[in-house]
Amino acid sequence: MTNNEGIIIYRDVHKWFGDFHVLRGITFTLEKGEVVVICGPSGSGKSTCIRTINRLEEHQRGQIIVDGIELTNDLRNIEAIRREIGMVFQQFNLFPHLTAAQNVTLAPIWVLKMKKSKAQQVALDLLERVGIPEQADKFPGQLSGGQQQRVAIARALAMSPKIMLFDEPTSALDPEMIKEVLDVMKELALSGMTMIVVTHEMGFAREVADRIIFFDFGELIEENKPEAFFHNAQHERTKLFLSQILQ
Amino acid sequence: MNDRQQERHAPEEQLPPPTERIPVLRWLRQNLFSSWLNAILTVIAAAVIAAVALGLLRWALGARWAVIPANLKLLLVGTYPLQYIWRVWVAVYIITFLVGLSSGSHGGLMRRISVTMALVSVVFAILPFPWATRAWLGGIALSEVVGFGLGYLGRGNRWYKRAEIGLWILSFPIILVFLNGVGGFLPVVAGRTTWGFMLNLIGAAVGIALSFPIGVLLALGRRSKLPVIRWVCTAYIELIRGVPLISLLFMASIMLQLLLPATVRPDLVIRAMMTITAFTAAYMAENVRGGLQAIPRGQYEAAYAVGLNGTLTTMLIILPQALRLVIPAIVGQFIALFMDTTLFGFIAILELLNITRSIMGNLEWRGTIFELYVFIGVVFWVVCYSMSYISRRIEKTVGVGER
Repeated sequence: MTNNEGIIIYRDVHKWFGDFHVLRGITFTLEKGEVVVICGPSGSGKSTCIRTINRLEEHQRGQIIVDGIELTNDLRNIEAIRREIGMVFQQFNLFPHLTAAQNVTLAPIWVLKMKKSKAQQVALDLLERVGIPEQADKFPGQLSGGQQQRVAIARALAMSPKIMLFDEPTSALDPEMIKEVLDVMKELALSGMTMIVVTHEMGFAREVADRIIFFDFGELIEENKPEAFFHNAQHERTKLFLSQILQ
Repeated sequence: MNDRQQERHAPEEQLPPPTERIPVLRWLRQNLFSSWLNAILTVIAAAVIAAVALGLLRWALGARWAVIPANLKLLLVGTYPLQYIWRVWVAVYIITFLVGLSSGSHGGLMRRISVTMALVSVVFAILPFPWATRAWLGGIALSEVVGFGLGYLGRGNRWYKRAEIGLWILSFPIILVFLNGVGGFLPVVAGRTTWGFMLNLIGAAVGIALSFPIGVLLALGRRSKLPVIRWVCTAYIELIRGVPLISLLFMASIMLQLLLPATVRPDLVIRAMMTITAFTAAYMAENVRGGLQAIPRGQYEAAYAVGLNGTLTTMLIILPQALRLVIPAIVGQFIALFMDTTLFGFIAILELLNITRSIMGNLEWRGTIFELYVFIGVVFWVVCYSMSYISRRIEKTVGVGER
């Protein structure tokens, strides 16, 4: 198995929560530099799917290979893979006892053993990149939702990940703050980052995604280029979903 | 124009009655005499309070307060030999020096504490104690000033910071060895009658310093994924919490002698301190566990997602948040621990309460029971209130930026 087969290989993956069959044999491959949007009704397994990629959830059958490393129970593999994957959560999950800059420098200092002064510089550069350099010394509780989510993106980028996972990054935001976060994500996509984004923002999907994957009831129903996905959906369920979400 | 003039005059013409105009009277009227029933209740309550206060005052004026200065040395340091009393003072100076040092480099809370300590020592030095005592008391302020100067000069220096932390940690064993003695230059003076109030303080300090880390480890252990560790910790916590401290102390004082060979039998005072540490650690563990459970799962996930391993996640993300949530509960536990040191008296260790009893047994000081207990109450209150004051300040400082 070589790397050029795909940076993420997801092969016939199954997962159960107790009796509930969340993922029912999902298969897809992600190439380096691709931006993929996963959409689908709530409870369809999309969040669970991306959470298995950095092992926040275990899968029970099938194969997940990230950057040539297969995810098993081996803790070293899991930690190695997590260092290569950044993740942004719906609820931001910033560390409330640390300032914005400290949130960003924490992992580089403790995991990569980066020098404090260098980590600080990296943090300031990243906060600049996400547009909030002036908030570096504030605590998460003093920031707006949009600002918090941008700090969270900077925190993930600080580890120089090869892949970024976004789990409904704008769902907990007030409408006027959604754009500022999406703009940062667009810039990131244009810079060549490999991204998987679970979102309901169809405008973002249309504009930025290389591919869109549609989930329903734990199954991968449809996988297509944005143009084809929106105008020429193959499946009834996809059409129904699109008609509901686009009104 | 006319209107405005009228307006300006109006308030004076319609001046309300004095009971509404004067703030104190208005407050009285609104809160104490708002109705006939309230007025009657106020008068009765005032009469009761006055009677009690008068009785207290009459007693306080006629009380034999002389019992306290006459026995002050006994109350504070027990039968610690007079020729070695300088060791106690040096121990105090080590602490005040360190407080001064930290206040020089940190400011804030530490500076408040050190200024208060210095002021109190100066005030006491002015009181008519023997001149030697006054000199020793003055040394407290002096040692703090010296510490402050060094701390002020050293602040910001990386090596100074390490040295400061190191000195604080080292000060504990040094003080204990110094007070207890090791032979030779420092003859051993310790025994179960030696300590007085000093024992309550040392017992609490040792208990706090040891039970806190042990409690944190127990709390983490109880939440461990490894069943053996979880069971052991749970069993320990539940066993200790199921037994009153006093019976644990009796076990330590009597049963341990039966179980252990004579050669490895630690001193009774040491055993008492070990017991109270073990006891408090179990309660501490449950307090800390409460804090751990309040941390949302998202914090773990975010920490894992940026690549932190389990240990780093606990040390850097979970514990700092969990501990600040339970500061009030932890300090409450510390205060309880300090109070519990008076139970040492039941296993024949002469701590403050027990010494008081022996003073009351002295014919010369018969009937001074209230004076002595008031003194004990004041002493304990001062220490406990300081602890809770410090805890409130710490809460404020670490709560920066919290929602």
